Amino acid sequence: MLRSRTHVLPGFRLSLGFALFYFGVLVLIPVLALTLRTFSQGFLAFWSTIFEERSIASYKNSFGLSLLAGGFDGVVGLMIAWPLTRYDFPGRRALDALIDLPFALPTAVAGIALTALYSPQGWIGKLLPFKVAYTPLGIFVALAFIGLPFVVRTIQPVLAQLPVELEEAAACLGANRFLIFTKVLLPAVLPAVLTGMTLAFGRAVGEYGSVIFIAGNIAYYTEITPLLIVMKLEQFHYPAAAGLGFFMLIVSFFILFLIQILQTWNARRSGGRS
Amino acid sequence: MSSFSISSHTPNHDPKVVVYALTGFAFLAVGFLLFLPMVAVFAEAFSKGPAVYWQTFRDPVTQNSILLTLKVAALAVPLNTIFGVATAWAVTRFTFPGRRFLISLIELPLWVSPVIGGLLYTLIFGLQGWLGGWLDDHDIQVIFAYPGLVLATIFVTFPFVARVLIPLMESLGQAEEEAAVTLGARGWQVFWRITVPRIKMGLLYGIILCNARAMGEFGAVSVVSGHIRNQTCTMPLQIEILHSEYQFAHAFALASVLSMLGIVTLLLKVYLEGQNTRQLPAEAPERRRHRDPATPNP
Repeated sequence: MLRSRTHVLPGFRLSLGFALFYFGVLVLIPVLALTLRTFSQGFLAFWSTIFEERSIASYKNSFGLSLLAGGFDGVVGLMIAWPLTRYDFPGRRALDALIDLPFALPTAVAGIALTALYSPQGWIGKLLPFKVAYTPLGIFVALAFIGLPFVVRTIQPVLAQLPVELEEAAACLGANRFLIFTKVLLPAVLPAVLTGMTLAFGRAVGEYGSVIFIAGNIAYYTEITPLLIVMKLEQFHYPAAAGLGFFMLIVSFFILFLIQILQTWNARRSGGRS
Repeated sequence: MSSFSISSHTPNHDPKVVVYALTGFAFLAVGFLLFLPMVAVFAEAFSKGPAVYWQTFRDPVTQNSILLTLKVAALAVPLNTIFGVATAWAVTRFTFPGRRFLISLIELPLWVSPVIGGLLYTLIFGLQGWLGGWLDDHDIQVIFAYPGLVLATIFVTFPFVARVLIPLMESLGQAEEEAAVTLGARGWQVFWRITVPRIKMGLLYGIILCNARAMGEFGAVSVVSGHIRNQTCTMPLQIEILHSEYQFAHAFALASVLSMLGIVTLLLKVYLEGQNTRQLPAEAPERRRHRDPATPNP
């Protein structure tokens, strides 16, 4: 049965009761409804919805490009986190604060801003010899934008907590900087990089607002899965929307699970608090 | 601060070339990838001059969208704040089976597409949803109306207060609250006199974070709104409409308001973090303890 750690503090039943009630009504029951709705048409209908040609084309964008964006963020994020934590230079604090901009800008705002920059007449778009906005590359740009802070913010504390002795010992034993980096530092931050990349990927998979403006939403080419759900809903094609939504929800659960495992691993490897 | 110098924190320096290259790269990457989009918002907003910028806010439809956004946040944010405080209290002050699972589960909305949030409520309250027929008979509108907007906003923003408070209350411990109880304080007295004063900055930050997200939410709200002009369009949706009508300067002018909200939130975070490191030297990074083992552990 439910027992509190200490019986000194009051409010256990009230606080947990309210939290569970709120969570149950707003999340659990709706999720249950979604599940029932998905399978009320039978498993085959669900199967054919998620393996429809157009759905599969959208997964290539939502999952494939998210994976690429996560990988890009992993490399660039490490190269940004490195100087931010290990060097001291004028403007470091300002640069550090700017990292969180994608969290701060609402997705729709980020969407129209990126479109303005990367459209063929935009500041960056007109300098480039190829099209970015309204192609999968545009989706990639938006996904990389929203994912970058996750990587930097995951790597920073780990990099800052690395004991100096580790590097000193390696140097005493005759390792050069390159060896120290590849054999000592990189293995130590790798769990953090992987965690950050998974966070960026997880966020990118479900991203909607910042993508739909720059994607152009051309069928079979630059459609993302969340947009497909919105379109099915607008056509009042509820079973198909529910099927795709259920599929994405399951994927999100898996990503959340993966993130939990990676974070535990990361905390254990960096020897600190979780 | 006047002379430009880059120095390494570590005793065995990275080669100078690497230091300068990486620092330069960091500035370039952050500048191009993150800073430029924000500059673009304000540049585009004022691209047709300040007169056009201000004209945006004189349009009654836009004014209504701002009002609606405020109304939605006014209900969603307080509810989520109560939920956040209750959850943090239950999770940090007591142990119970499934506690860790609950902490993970709270994060779900952050990793689920906001569109799913809208979809969930449409399936229940929509015209073809579970309760759709009953609601229609009783002339109650949830989807394509204010209640739906609030529900969708709550779904997307409910983790924020709890996420800020859980680690904070965990690190503060419960000794002072226990002392208050031993001295005869009653439940709500402990909460208002001991807990709230200690967590108030974190709570304020959580609320502001939640509010910024609530006002800027697009995906979930877009699904349940139905985009009825002048009635169910919040600010982000109005931005979308203006943008799709090629009224770019107006769209960006409205976007600049939401951006300001985000920037204020960001500045507040920087400020609070500065406060934290000054108040809590015990939270100093591991590295310092290694250098001076004589420092007593608090």
